[in-house]
Amino acid sequence: MIEPDLLERTLCRALRNGGDFAEVFAEDRRSSSARFDDGRVEELVSGRARGAGVRVVRGDTTGYAHTADLSEAGLRDAADAAAAAARDGGGGATAVALEARPTAPHEILVPPESVSKARKVELLRSADAAARERSDTISQVSAAYADGRRRILVANSEGLLAEDDQVRTRFTVQCVAVGDTGKQTGTESPGRTMGFELFDEIDPEQVATTAADRALTMLRARPAPSGKMPVVLRRGAGGVLFHEACGHGLESDLVGRDASVFRGRVGEQVASPLVTIVDDGTYSREWGTYAIDDEGSPAQRNVLIEDGVLTDYLWDLTRARTQGRESGGNGRRETYRDLPMVRMTNTYLLAGSEDPDDIVARTERGIYCAALGGGQVNTATGDFVFGVTEAYLIENGEITEPVRAAQLIGNGPETLRLVDAVGNDFDTWAGTCGKDGQGVPVSAGQPTLRVAELTVGGTADT
Amino acid sequence: MPDLLALARRIAGQATGDEQIEAYISRTRETDIKVHGGKVESLVVAGRSGVGVRVLVGGRQGFAWGGSLDPDVVEEAVDEARDNAAFATPDEFQAIASLDDCAGAVAPLELWRDDTTTTSTEDKVALALRAEAATLAADDRVRSVESAAYGDAAIESAIANSLGVHVTTQRTTCSVTSFALAGDGVDTRTGYGFSAGRAFADLDVEVAARDAADRAVRLLGATQPRTRRLPIVFDPLVTRSLLVVIGAALGGEAVMKGRSMFVGRDGEPVAAPGVTLVDDPTNDEAFGATPYDAEGVPTRRVELIVDGVLRGFLHNVATGRRSGCGTTGSAVRGGYASTPGTGARALTLVPGAASPAEILAGAGEALYVQSVSGLHSGTNPVSGDFSVGVDGLMVRDGAFAEPVRELTVASTLPRMLQDVVQVGADLTWLPGGAAGMTLLLGEMAVSGS
Repeated sequence: MIEPDLLERTLCRALRNGGDFAEVFAEDRRSSSARFDDGRVEELVSGRARGAGVRVVRGDTTGYAHTADLSEAGLRDAADAAAAAARDGGGGATAVALEARPTAPHEILVPPESVSKARKVELLRSADAAARERSDTISQVSAAYADGRRRILVANSEGLLAEDDQVRTRFTVQCVAVGDTGKQTGTESPGRTMGFELFDEIDPEQVATTAADRALTMLRARPAPSGKMPVVLRRGAGGVLFHEACGHGLESDLVGRDASVFRGRVGEQVASPLVTIVDDGTYSREWGTYAIDDEGSPAQRNVLIEDGVLTDYLWDLTRARTQGRESGGNGRRETYRDLPMVRMTNTYLLAGSEDPDDIVARTERGIYCAALGGGQVNTATGDFVFGVTEAYLIENGEITEPVRAAQLIGNGPETLRLVDAVGNDFDTWAGTCGKDGQGVPVSAGQPTLRVAELTVGGTADT
Repeated sequence: MPDLLALARRIAGQATGDEQIEAYISRTRETDIKVHGGKVESLVVAGRSGVGVRVLVGGRQGFAWGGSLDPDVVEEAVDEARDNAAFATPDEFQAIASLDDCAGAVAPLELWRDDTTTTSTEDKVALALRAEAATLAADDRVRSVESAAYGDAAIESAIANSLGVHVTTQRTTCSVTSFALAGDGVDTRTGYGFSAGRAFADLDVEVAARDAADRAVRLLGATQPRTRRLPIVFDPLVTRSLLVVIGAALGGEAVMKGRSMFVGRDGEPVAAPGVTLVDDPTNDEAFGATPYDAEGVPTRRVELIVDGVLRGFLHNVATGRRSGCGTTGSAVRGGYASTPGTGARALTLVPGAASPAEILAGAGEALYVQSVSGLHSGTNPVSGDFSVGVDGLMVRDGAFAEPVRELTVASTLPRMLQDVVQVGADLTWLPGGAAGMTLLLGEMAVSGS
């Protein structure tokens, strides 16, 4: 994207008035998508964005500027603007020698751009037909195909030069079902860090069937109960609870800002001994996977909580530098226009030993969550919410009637302590994390597990 | 700096034969300053621009965008949009705006303030630092400020199409925000405060600081209430969020595709008598005010619910044709990278006569909802299901009583509209596409212990 000698000159320029650290991040992103809606191919969209951001760190202050102009002049202007933002100090580095670090981008078997648009549209047609076939009460189907290829380059004043080529593909079906009780929706949206070979693993018709059945199930649903009760999360349908309940609170930028209930608690028992949580950016082909993060650090598998003991926070380069440690590979940004922050990748609660069926069977009365929406957390208080889009009552140890969508609410540290059963199965879920308005792809995963008590925000009397 | 309108017209002028082309170009200059501990944490000063190209051939639509105005990027966008159009299913209603669509009065709005762009970065940094210091000083129980920030944007856009429509808009926005942490670490509560305007001079640091501190401090000692049903009072910020969700369900695209709880309810009572909801982007007090929508059509005041009866939806050119109602100037875009959808920009309930104090006085035992969480995952504009997490205060004898946390309130959006008891007189325009005011609703399910 940019020649090494130009990168070196830009970094020198950025530091010529002082500064502790400078970085150039360049990005070339292409995306394509197609949507089938309301019974027709509605539109195909193609997009292209490329540009670079220059960051200068001086003491506790970071200056940042970005440009869509990757010429010498464009980069020089961005370097000057970032340096001015970080303020004048005098002195500074005069030479930067870059050393390319070998990285191995994740292997892509079928690049999305090699597949015809007609083939992509065909997947959508088959999904629409499969969803409508489930029932006459399916009144609307929206199917969307999307791929993105993101080539990034990072160079910094410590001599790092690294590149990555990230390809992601996603398929989404949303259905509306109409019945006597009104309308209900069902959505299914698998996504992976891979090319068009995604469709060797997932069947668009099966995705459509899952979305349609979810909407049909919700048509039969009665109001969700309200109040505290045990909650069983099906494998893959509750990882976002831990993303919210503890993941965000372990991000070192929030910890450093006194905005985390987990501040100062490394080494303490913060969760049930059944709980081990890792953040793993290396997990093959998952939605939050990459070879290097957006500061050039290799993705890692980081253990956050082991057998209930808090072992570490999540680190990006800036926060790690202040502590004299290595980045954990968790510095990410949505685009070249954004400053990187500490972010999660694939956040998993690891499997335990119990048979998932036994977990349900030992639950007298509670809620079984089979699909989720999203969530939100206030990291300073630990209070989080988590939306359930497919859920059932558990009565006398059996999964019975579906209940309508509802929010679950709890407190992160309390909920971690209340995990009292962990199954031996496992699955993941692809989503978008929106910290500070920057959306990045993440996944969450867990085995079937039970939280002894969460507050269920339904409308039915208990 | 390229002339945006000239470039847009040049792109639209490439249409040949029965092809139609629309170009949407935007350019934004922005400042983003975050401070912490009396120092600048980050400072971003940047500009960005991009183009979105829509091509229509025989009712087939294709779209492509580019994140710069470089000639090669623009050319690629035009080529890709043309290529994409070939794959769409013909749709007789799909269209770009015609000169007829754009007939009608254009609101005389002046949305640009020079001082937002000419104020020095140093003065903007100083404002953010003052916000942090003022928040700390506002109350002894504020132990720190998680973040204080200043942000502004100067946004210019141009739309031109091959049917002869061409418009430009420009506006500035700025805000100062503060996020207070109160308490001793065992019992931590947070509060958000802000001040927003078009001009730097509009910003009031003291308001942002006092709100952040008050809203955090008054929640200290909050406990989980017991599960029961209670009348609900929404803070103006929460009312704003509720209106935005309802506005989404009144969008023509959602309605025409059967993805709205309001489908088929036109002319029917959908809210309590006395409830009137309008979207008026021609009101220059609204942050979402604009003389033209995202297709170049002049905006207008649209009555959605009048005295409880559903009177209309928000349409762009395509949904206006499909419905037979015509566009209401309600095309919205997420930016140059998206096609025009439909949506509200300046929603408000027509305010009532009661002050917030009078509403509290008449509420009996009630729950005051200061802030909600999980709005995105907990509300569904198709099914109408509504369930959100809440921080707030109990109301007794016309005054705030003990604070509460870790609870949800739930109902359905249609039920909530029918349950509106009182709309406050305290109309406040807020960023985010709607105004807020204190709102008293009948009983909702409160889930706690």
